[in-house]
Amino acid sequence: MLQFLIRRLSGAVVIMFLIGAFTFFLFYTIPQDFAQLACGKNCSPENIAVIRENLGLDKPITTQFWEFMVGIVSGRDFPQGHCSAPCLGVSFDSGEFVWDSIMDRFPLTLSLTVGGLVIFLLFGLGTGLLAAWKRGTAVDKVVSGASMVLSSFQIYFLGPIVLSLLVYQTGWLENPKEASITDDPAGWFMGLLIPWIVMATIFTAQYTRMARSTMIEQLQEEHVRTARAKGMRQRYVFFRYAWRGSLIPIVTIIGMDLSALLSGAVVTEYTFDLAGIGRLAVTGSLTKDLPLTMGVMLFGAFFILILNIIVDLAYAYIDPRVRLA
Amino acid sequence: MTTLTKTEGEKAPGGPEAFLSVRDLRVRFSTEDGIVKAVDGLSFDVERGKTLGIVGESGSGKSVTNLTVLGLHNPKTATVEGEIVLDGKELVTATEKEMEKLRGNKVAMIFQDPLTALSPYYTVGRQIAEPFMKHTGASKKEARARAIEMLDKVGIPQPATRFDDYPHQFSGGMRQRAMIAMALICDPDLLIADEPTTALDVTVQAQILDLLKDLQQEFGSAIIFITHDLGVISKMADDLLVMYSGRAVERGSVREVLRAPQHPYTWGLLSSMPRLGGDTAQALTPIPGTPPSLLNPPSGCPFHPRCGFTSEVSGNRCSGERPLLPAGRGAACHLDHEQKSTFFIEQIKPRLG
Amino acid sequence: MSDKLTLPKPQGPVDGAGETLLSVEGLTKHFPIYGGFPIKRKVGAVQAVDGVDLTVGTGESVGLVGESGCGKSTTGRLITRLLEPTAGKITYAGQDITHASRRQLAPVRSEIQMIFQDPYSSLNPRQTVGTIIKSPMEVNGIKPAGGVETRVRELLELVGLNPEHYNRFPHEFSGGQRQRIGVARALALNPKLIVADEPVSALDVSIQAQVVNLLQKVQEEMGIAFLFIAHDLAIVRHFSQRLAVMYLGKVVEVGDRDSIYNRPRHPYTHALLSAVPEVALDDETEDRERIRLSGDVPSPIHPPSGCRFRTRCWKAQDKCATEEPPLVQISGSRAGHLTACHFPEDPTTESRAEDIVLDPALAALEKEAE
Repeated sequence: MLQFLIRRLSGAVVIMFLIGAFTFFLFYTIPQDFAQLACGKNCSPENIAVIRENLGLDKPITTQFWEFMVGIVSGRDFPQGHCSAPCLGVSFDSGEFVWDSIMDRFPLTLSLTVGGLVIFLLFGLGTGLLAAWKRGTAVDKVVSGASMVLSSFQIYFLGPIVLSLLVYQTGWLENPKEASITDDPAGWFMGLLIPWIVMATIFTAQYTRMARSTMIEQLQEEHVRTARAKGMRQRYVFFRYAWRGSLIPIVTIIGMDLSALLSGAVVTEYTFDLAGIGRLAVTGSLTKDLPLTMGVMLFGAFFILILNIIVDLAYAYIDPRVRLA
Repeated sequence: MTTLTKTEGEKAPGGPEAFLSVRDLRVRFSTEDGIVKAVDGLSFDVERGKTLGIVGESGSGKSVTNLTVLGLHNPKTATVEGEIVLDGKELVTATEKEMEKLRGNKVAMIFQDPLTALSPYYTVGRQIAEPFMKHTGASKKEARARAIEMLDKVGIPQPATRFDDYPHQFSGGMRQRAMIAMALICDPDLLIADEPTTALDVTVQAQILDLLKDLQQEFGSAIIFITHDLGVISKMADDLLVMYSGRAVERGSVREVLRAPQHPYTWGLLSSMPRLGGDTAQALTPIPGTPPSLLNPPSGCPFHPRCGFTSEVSGNRCSGERPLLPAGRGAACHLDHEQKSTFFIEQIKPRLG
Repeated sequence: MSDKLTLPKPQGPVDGAGETLLSVEGLTKHFPIYGGFPIKRKVGAVQAVDGVDLTVGTGESVGLVGESGCGKSTTGRLITRLLEPTAGKITYAGQDITHASRRQLAPVRSEIQMIFQDPYSSLNPRQTVGTIIKSPMEVNGIKPAGGVETRVRELLELVGLNPEHYNRFPHEFSGGQRQRIGVARALALNPKLIVADEPVSALDVSIQAQVVNLLQKVQEEMGIAFLFIAHDLAIVRHFSQRLAVMYLGKVVEVGDRDSIYNRPRHPYTHALLSAVPEVALDDETEDRERIRLSGDVPSPIHPPSGCRFRTRCWKAQDKCATEEPPLVQISGSRAGHLTACHFPEDPTTESRAEDIVLDPALAALEKEAE
């Protein structure tokens, strides 16, 4: 177990480093002077020189990369002040510390993700199990049909429809907005309700379909038949034997979706005009803001790698045949 | 204890002692290609403490029959007609709740492949103890003690430690022993063993077969033993039912059926398998053709397209008229009694070496 | 670990068979197991085949029997060079092919063919039967007189299929017919040796005999040598003139049919034969010894020292743990009948005064019953 964690975490560090290097050097293939960009339009050569020095752009690319990576571990000093670890550099565009920008946006992304996740796991797995239990009946057909239709929807399509219905036409809810969960819990909840509902609707449909099909597959396993042959109640067999086997594919998908959402739900954020990590990422690449892009990339990669390890740990917990080595 | 007084339907052997009696069982599955007649008018009896062997090839309906006895068929795709009477109780019409009380308790089942038939997610001990807790209301502790006792009985070394192992930590033979322990834990009156040794090596098979026989002596259970292997059946069964295309084509005691078989299909099975004591210069005599489709079974006798004796029967009876399986010892074949005996002695027996 | 068996004399094929076609010496295949921390390295090996000696004469049929994990299938794959041997030597028609390269192997490849167990997965479902059978000819650049298609039709007819079915796909055939297609494919290159790995065990009883008869016809009429790998002792007996019995990667006994089945010396061969359930056609056949081993075959990752069968053997003594028995002719055996055992059994399979029951559960139950 410990060996597994050490191996996987060190592997994750190496991958993060490689992702960083790849992003960094790829960025420099863009035929652009970053100092010019940072300086704006009417910029004197002196200003450019100052900016270049401030941003460290006068040094060789490899040195710049190295300083960036060292900064993540031990912090860095900038003219604006000390940037403590994990330091992801200073944004070319805004001049703020990238880490601070990310932390500023992260609460929204986290709220959006966790709230959505709770809803779509609850409903998605619930209806999926129901459909599998009632396989072949009208309930199953309705659930399967609805989830088929809904899962082919897109957030940018469903979002405006829901907004128009619940906000503009009926006035039941307000436009989505961000509020602090600690200062204004009710505002936080109401503000994010519509994005959650829309996001969760589409994910629910996908999870329903997946839960249904893996459960049906598991119910045909021979060991499930053995359990029934022992006289175990149908519900017990369903939840103990078949459900346990369905967990592996479900956990895999949850891990993937979670890491994707945590590294920024671009479409959701734009649809509801919210400012999360996704918007930061888009801004970073549109303004060719190298530190910001690097920061968001590495931040997302971190979640992907960590969730990967967590999913593997979950496998070992679910299936005794899986050994962590 | 119970006397069976079923008179309607096709008559079958077995006297008042019949513990399980199946009458005119028909199981159909609706598939995309049409209706599959998996079991088509099957009747048999099992006596208390005795072993009925059911032999047949894939698609003969032998496994479906036994899943149906336990009500483990899929009620949405399968339709079941006929009667299954266990100890005086009709099972075809029984509710799911009644069947649950029966399964693993009065009737237990052992499956072919113990690797897939045991859940990989729970310990062997838990899976063995489960039906005991369910059916006797025993506590976890009592069930554990009983499961360890059963593991010991079926020959698992260090049963108390192995109780907490998972199936993948057991060898193939040990897994099948664990299955047997699980099946016998509630002391069932009837044990259905569906190809229980097919997935095992021959030396392990020999151990398991003997173990089953010895345990039967101790527990007094009746056994339905399903297999495609005539050698295995000759070691295990008292009575024998040969199935072909969802029907019983021959029945009798094992001794009668294997030493003086009456159905051309049984003849074919015997002469197509080599024996350790056989004459190697004697070529095997295969059954020509392939097993019939259950979607469109042949008319009349289902075996007639592969049978070498249809010309001995006058008219087109073989393809036109379904032969009936007489009560007691007999075969579902249009050949008359004398023909069956002479053909076997003159044409088949010499080939068996 | 165990060294190669020191085999003084090459075992010649039985009288009547031609000269040696294939000979295998000290054939070994270890599959490495990786693990460890922080860097993965080889931590052990599955000793699937460990020092096997075997010969097949021209036109001879040799059976290879044993239970799962004994290495019989791996041996077959090594001989057809589908696997690369770890050690040992494979000689085919006087030529060392142990590590022959693809090009060196080309002329031999066509002469050694393989038939597989599963007639469902061993045929490409997207190719027609004709393509399946003719592709070995095309790969090897063989142009039969009269054209490839004519030859394919001939082969189909030879294996008992309708030549008109040239353009059908495998799924249109039953299991037995598919195995016939497999045989036709193997015959396409006029092989001299066919390695048949469990060719009938996936088939229904009534179909098995059809395929066995076909293989027998091929062997006898075309003079093709067979290495027939199977776990069914009765079928191997029917098909093979000579047999090798394997246990945990080693050949424990080899000899002609009569020696192995009627005069076995190795305790494992006795146990194996005794375990075969035989249909009793009359009362005589019941007079066989009864031996019930305990437990399953040990893991080939950590095989027992010395004689590998000793952990399940009723005759094992200290010597068996320390000294590996050589595969030799022991006194009382006929020429060509070799046994690897320190304490061999009497050459008979008749029932003993007392059954040998090593399984503790069985022994306990039977004692109780008495």
